[in-house]
Amino acid sequence: MIVRILNVVIDGLLMGGIYALIAMGLSLQYGVARVFNISHGEFIMLGAFATWLLYTAFGINPLVSLAIVGPIVFIIGFLLHRTLFTSLRIRSASPAAYEGSSLLASFGLLFIIQYIALAIWGNALKGYTYLSVPVNIGGALFAANRMVTLAFAVGIGLVFYFFLARTHLGKAIRAAAQDPATAGLMGVNINLVLALCFGFGALMAGIAGSLLSMCFPVYATMGLQYTIIAIVVVVLGGLGSIPGSFLGGFIIGLIGSAMSYWQPGLAVAAYYLLFIILLLVRPAGILGKK
Amino acid sequence: MDRVRTIFKKPFLLGLLGLILALLATLPFYAPPYTPILLIGILMYIIITVSWVIFSGPTGYISLASAAFFGVGIYTSAILGKVLPLPIVVGIGGLLSFCLALLVGAITLRLRGIYFAIFTFGLVVLIKELLLYWEINITHTRGRFVVLESNNTIYYVLLIIFVLTMLTAYFIRRSKFGLALQSIGENEEAAAHMGVNVTMVKVITFAISAIFAGAAGAIMATRWTYIDPYVAFNPLLSFMPVLMAIFGGMGQLYGPIIGATIFAFLQEELTTKFPFYYMLIFGIVLVVTILFLPNGLVGLIPKLWRRSSGGQRANT
Repeated sequence: MIVRILNVVIDGLLMGGIYALIAMGLSLQYGVARVFNISHGEFIMLGAFATWLLYTAFGINPLVSLAIVGPIVFIIGFLLHRTLFTSLRIRSASPAAYEGSSLLASFGLLFIIQYIALAIWGNALKGYTYLSVPVNIGGALFAANRMVTLAFAVGIGLVFYFFLARTHLGKAIRAAAQDPATAGLMGVNINLVLALCFGFGALMAGIAGSLLSMCFPVYATMGLQYTIIAIVVVVLGGLGSIPGSFLGGFIIGLIGSAMSYWQPGLAVAAYYLLFIILLLVRPAGILGKK
Repeated sequence: MDRVRTIFKKPFLLGLLGLILALLATLPFYAPPYTPILLIGILMYIIITVSWVIFSGPTGYISLASAAFFGVGIYTSAILGKVLPLPIVVGIGGLLSFCLALLVGAITLRLRGIYFAIFTFGLVVLIKELLLYWEINITHTRGRFVVLESNNTIYYVLLIIFVLTMLTAYFIRRSKFGLALQSIGENEEAAAHMGVNVTMVKVITFAISAIFAGAAGAIMATRWTYIDPYVAFNPLLSFMPVLMAIFGGMGQLYGPIIGATIFAFLQEELTTKFPFYYMLIFGIVLVVTILFLPNGLVGLIPKLWRRSSGGQRANT
């Protein structure tokens, strides 16, 4: 019995690390850059495919790939914001209109990225084995690669938190999150900061994809399920709250793991019910400010 | 009601509409048999798109619930199609969608903007997952068989729903109700202060618009022999009307019809041959339209008109 509970809890924490990373990315993109990026999961898919490709075609260690995939996805996200989303933002009459049009544009991106991937790789499952030796934690068995993913997710989360809290650029990002117009008046280069945030969001998604590819199969339509989870986590943690997203990731990981153990068919439904209840009861999230 | 009378003052327009309708109504008698089949797909998308525009067009709330209403209609037809006559089944499909929309509207009253979009999208996935769970664990049957109808029957039922949808859209647009919706879209708080019962107007319109998507789903189900939650609650059907409406333009009622016709036609022609590229084109057109054609194809017409007449008519 204890081993079973341990299994559920550890599995929840391992998944939670990835969720936290993905949700922090979405939180940056929506909380700061005001783009409700439905194509977030597609960057996860791109990261996963890139890592798989580098490993199977060139034999590059997936952990080394992180350093290659991350910057590439960051640049894609940065350029997308500089071109597509910035021109949308300038044209929009109001912040609300921008949220609507950027949401729809990101739906377009979702289809573009996903179907390019489908056209190249088809819809078969891809995968490789890396560090799949079992590790025994108090009787519960887990693959070593999943421990690695948790360590990386937590590490990146902490680094980013200190980046936000301690550096000059981090301060500019926090200012832009509170009030973009005023931050611009205070000398923050707002277009650059928003594009950087969008890029960082994509970077976290890409790295999460890299990490996921070590443990799970990779396929072209894998993205949307993670986007959905990220949305729930972001709402749970509070919009624009990075610590909230980090914490929320682990909470959702634990809930998901418990649900999968008890009723696997209802896991997605449980996320949605939680999302609906949260929106109705506490729309500001657990760590969000009203 | 003088707004309503304006259309009847235009005998030419009225005659043209009557002629198009007469042509469509007699189509199965002279056109090749493939034409009604093509038109079934086009009419279906027009109905869903216009039903989306009735609520989301003036208010600016992006609803992604179309697939949920359509799916409710499909399941109504699958469950009741064997016991009840077709017109009643279609009516019940519309009615159940109406009830679902009333419920969703009542819950989401406090949500604004982006949350409404996410919530309504979540609704589609939630219903799909719950149905899947129900079918796998409780009834132990995956999917259902639907009583088939002839293509001509489906065509005529869709045509009737299409006419009703257009009439509803027209009269809502031209009524005090439509004005209230428009004011909600421009500034909800100001509308409330002006004495508009914001909540009631939003919920009622949302529910009325859902009827047509539900009825369309109920009749379309009879075209597919087999349905399951994946077919019935396909999220793509939530995005299609949004793209079609934006692409066609929502400034005029015929905008969504143009958008839906073009895309439904493309889909019929391309999906079987190049499934991946069709969706790729879909995504590219969506992004390009949002970037460069915020008012859709219809928004282009006055621009071109002004350019071609050299600005002489600008004052009239």
